[in-house]
Parts: sequence; C-alpha cells; structure tokens
Amino acid sequence: MIEQLILTVIMTSIPLIFAASGELIAERSGVLNLGVEGMMLMGAVAAFAVAMGTGSPLLGMFAGAFAGALTAGIFAFFTLGLATNQVATGLALTIFGTGLSGLVGAPLVGQAIDGLAQVHLPLLADIPFLGTLLFQHDILAYLAVIMVALCAWVLSATRVGLILRAVGDNHESAHALGYSVLSVRLLAVIFGGMMAGLGGAYLPLVLTPHWAEGMTAGRGWIALALVVFASWRPWRVLGGALVFGGITIMQLAGQARGWTIPSQFLSMLPYLATIIVLVLISRNREFALANSPACLGRIFHAGK
Amino acid sequence: MISLIPRKDIPLALTVMTPIMAIAITLFVGAIIFATLGYDPLEALYQFFVAPVSRSDQIADLFVKACPLIIIASGLIFCYRANIWNIGAEGQLILGAVFSGYVALTFPGLPAWAMIPLMVIAGIFGGMLWAMIPALLKTRFNTNEILVSLMLTYVAALLIDWIVRGPWRDPMSFGFPLTKMYVDAALISRIELPGIGYLGQLHWGVVGALLLALCAWFVLDRMLVGFQVKVMGAAPRAGRFAGFSPTFVTFMVLGISGAAAGIAGMVEVSANIGQLQPEISFGYGFTAIIVAFLARLNPLAVIGAGLVVALAELGGDSAQITLGMPKVVTGVFKGILLFMLLAGETFNRFHVEIRPSRSSAAKSVEVQN
Repeated sequence: MIEQLILTVIMTSIPLIFAASGELIAERSGVLNLGVEGMMLMGAVAAFAVAMGTGSPLLGMFAGAFAGALTAGIFAFFTLGLATNQVATGLALTIFGTGLSGLVGAPLVGQAIDGLAQVHLPLLADIPFLGTLLFQHDILAYLAVIMVALCAWVLSATRVGLILRAVGDNHESAHALGYSVLSVRLLAVIFGGMMAGLGGAYLPLVLTPHWAEGMTAGRGWIALALVVFASWRPWRVLGGALVFGGITIMQLAGQARGWTIPSQFLSMLPYLATIIVLVLISRNREFALANSPACLGRIFHAGK
Repeated sequence: MISLIPRKDIPLALTVMTPIMAIAITLFVGAIIFATLGYDPLEALYQFFVAPVSRSDQIADLFVKACPLIIIASGLIFCYRANIWNIGAEGQLILGAVFSGYVALTFPGLPAWAMIPLMVIAGIFGGMLWAMIPALLKTRFNTNEILVSLMLTYVAALLIDWIVRGPWRDPMSFGFPLTKMYVDAALISRIELPGIGYLGQLHWGVVGALLLALCAWFVLDRMLVGFQVKVMGAAPRAGRFAGFSPTFVTFMVLGISGAAAGIAGMVEVSANIGQLQPEISFGYGFTAIIVAFLARLNPLAVIGAGLVVALAELGGDSAQITLGMPKVVTGVFKGILLFMLLAGETFNRFHVEIRPSRSSAAKSVEVQN
C-alpha cells in the first residue's frame, strides 16, 4: 500500500519535473515563457497521436518532444524576433496550444493506447522496496532525473551554462562580449519547449493512456510556480515536484480513506499549496532573488 | 536577422491599421490551418464569421455574447496599463456570481428596486475579494500575481462546483447540480425595443456594459487615478518620484478589474442562466484578455474589440454544429489573434527590417516593455 502510494507520487511528479526544469533553463537565459501549459498539451496530443498511429509509444515520446519544441519556436519567433511582450505572448501560446491540441485531438478522444513499457534496471530493480520505487519505471521517468542532473551540471560547471547565465543576468554585457543574446535565448526557449513536450507526453503515454482536451489541468502553471519554488536551481525542482506530486495524490488517498471533506476541497490542495509556497519563497527576498535571472522578462534587441 | 529600429513618430493610420491587419492575418492563418486539417477553408470561415450574424436577432445576440467580455476587459485594461498581470478574471467572475447568487437565493423576498442593485454590489464585492488576494500577496510578500490569480481561478471553479452540488443545491433538482431558479426580481430583463419588440436575447446588462466601458474611459483618461495607473505602468521610477504609491496602484487596479469581473459574473447568471450551476462562464475571463489587447488597452475600443471576439465565440458554436469542429477551435483563432496583435504592436513601434546579416556597427538598444 505505502509502496504503491509513493510510486504514484513519483509518477505524478514526472511531468512537473520535465516542464519545470525546461522552463528553468529558458528563464535562466532571461526569457519568461508562460506558455508551458500550451506546450505540454501540444506535446501530449502529438505523443498520443503518434503512439496510436504507429503503435510505438517510444516514437510518441519523440513526437511529444518535437511538438513541444515546435510550439516553443512560435513563442521564440514573436518574443525574440519581434520583441513582443513575453507575458502576453506566453498567454497567447497557452490559449493557442490549448485550442490547437483540442482541435487536432478531437478524433482521438475515446481511443486507448499501450503506454510506455517499464524498464527494470538489472540488479537495482531487485532491491527490496527501493527497487520497486526507483528502478522499475519507464524510460521517461529515468530521463527526467537525467535531464535534471544534466541541467544542473551544464548550468554550474560548463562554459555553455556560464554563457546562458550571462545572457540571462545582463544581456547588454553578454552582447558587448560578442555573444549572440538572441541565439542563446532561442536555444534555451526551444529546449524548454522540448522538455514541456516530454512532460506533456508523459501524461498519455504513462499516467492515463488516453487523450482528453486540456488534460494537463494546470500542470504547466504549477511547473512555472515550481521554478520560483526551486529559486532557479535544478535539483530543487526535483524536490519541489515530489512535494506537489504528494499533495496531488493526497486527495486520492483522502478519498480512499473516506475523509469527510468534500472532494472539491481536496482537489484545491495543489493550487492552494502553490500559492502558499509562492508566498513562503517570495517573502524572503534575498533567498527568492539570489539565483533569479536579472534580465528575466526583459526584451533585448540589437538595433542601430 | 530581423532588426528593429524605433520609429520617431507613429502615424495615426498605422495605429488604426494594426488591429485590422492583425484580424486579416489571423483569418488567413486560420484558413490555412483549416485546410491542413481537411476542412474546406472558405466554408469554415463562412460558418465562423458570417453565418452567426446574418439576421438582426443574431446581431443582438452578438452584443449579448460580447457583454461579459466588454465588462471584464474594461477592468483588465487598468491592470495591464499598470503592468500588473491579472489573468485570474475567470475566478473573480465566478466569485461575483456566487456572491450575487447568495443575495438572490437567500433574500428572494427583496423588493424589485433593491434586488438588482444589491446583487451588483454583492458581485462587485465577491470579485474584488478574490482580486485582493493577489494584490495583498504581491504588495506584502512580493508574490507573483500572475500565478496567484491563475491558481485562484482553479480554486474558484472548484468552490462553485462544491456550492451547487452541496449546500446550495435545489432539493427539487432531481440530483442535478443546480441551485433554485432566481426569482423574477433577480433576473435582468430583456430589452423591448419600440416597434420591434424583443430582439434575440438582448438584455439591459448590455447597456450596462457599454456604460461601464465609458466609465472606464473617463477614469483612465480624465481622472488623476487613471493618470497614476498609466505612469506606474509606463515609467514606475517617474511615478515613485511623483509620489505615487505602487502599493496603492496595485490594489486599485486589481480591485477595479476584480469588481468588473464580479459584475460580469452577476450579469451573466442573472441575464442568461437564471440559477447557479457548475459552469457559468465559458472562459470569458481569459477571452477578455484578448479583447483588452485587441482594443490596444483603450477602454472605448473595448466595445468594438469585444464584438469582434464575441463573433469568434459565436463562430465556434456555429462551426461546431455545422462542421462538427470541436468548440476549442475558437482558442486557435484567439491565440493567433493575440500573437498577431502583439506583433502588430512591434510593427507599430519599430521599423522592422529583415537583413541578410547583422551589421558590425549594431549596438544594443534596450526596450522597456
């Protein structure tokens, strides 16, 4: 029972880990992309459609990543190419992605697919308790942790990470040093989209093997809050996502145990928790802003 | 390489043409998407934008559909002018509906002259209450108002769901999640035009919406508070030097937009539904964001913008019925329209040049948005 519960918590947190660490990279480069929800939905619908069409959930996974990246490309075109307001463009991306995924996915409603297979890691999977919890997942779950590690390593220990942070913290200086601010941001945004797409793909490929309109149910927004919660540090995303996964699962566990609280109030928990966490993090300005990219949301363009 | 050169002056024609061009390009892109998905693009556009307004009563219904959008957008303009990103109008609308519903359902015996005004006040109170939470958290704890206002929308949706399934459910509703019907005094009546009679569902709330847009224009363009809002948005440092309080402006703009959304919730239920149910708004709170931008954050233009976007909403219904498209297709149009409007803003402020390569003399120019 407890094993099953923890397992569900981990699985619930995977989409958040993907989406939030992708957004974290984009934000570290100075771009605030509020379109995470839209990119996740595009990833989800593409993954489902391809998995159904080809019968291969693995191809679906790639399709999800690709669709997310492509959707992020639209955002990049407007905010970087045409220097539009990032907040409003991100909203537009969410509205657009929600609509287009619903339109594309309309014929897919009610269909079912085989999800991603579990990959038991040799030896490790046989460890009692821990083996079941950590080493009997699908490939996406392992990838999520690998990507967090990769993000953390790139940000803190590589030249690429240094350039990325320079662009996010002071785009004028980075530009003066000869780095192409817009190219760096373009890559970061596309990476963020790919990760959001993978997070979205996890929903139909693993969590619930069907497609439903707006099936992300606000996860994209929670991922955005997670980035603040993690104060722009990749490993903290992992912890934060597990906390949120736990809160989401709490409502199911509560219902199963016959708590008398109306289910709607339990369903509010993830959203209320997001607000409370945001308050707790933001009230301590120094902590909240220590790793916050100084140029976040500010527009840069090289002109005459 | 796209290069942007700031314009020295912005010709008026350009200002007017920007939204029109945005709409035209949106239609074009929409047609391409329809064609790609295997629909006849011309037929689809016809069902979307012409069929819903081919009779006079349908045009009246267009105003009815635009009513909540105009009301909400008139409030949102204050937020966006002040650079405060309230995207939770949907939740504020729900709270407005719930509070006004409380008045209508708890005091059905109120005299007719008191009922509607009290419901409006309750609606304003509910919407403001919900909007005060992000305002308080932002000013007190520096919490991001975008995420808080959005999260509260989910909470509000669950709250009304619980209310109509639980404590306020009509025992006679055969298990449906509905409250009692409002008494007649709590319903906004339809307009009887002299010589024509009733036209579609045209109701007095539409008149209220037009008046509200006018009020918003007056406050924003003719009063000191409106000037404060604009200064705090365009040049916060200058505003602080002038002695304007960012805290006050944050509370005020969120309060105004919450109040507007609350009124919209009250009007929507009282004029069109007549009782509370789990779904009282079809994303009006989000759609109004696009209306505000289509109006280029100008309260008077909100009326026209509200009608244009309402047409897309009605078109979605029509396309759903005649072409079997899912309702969300309107979202595609709305998203593209918002993209195009934002891009139009850039073309308005900059001379956009597409050059093969970057000139070595390029130096960075920072644009504060």
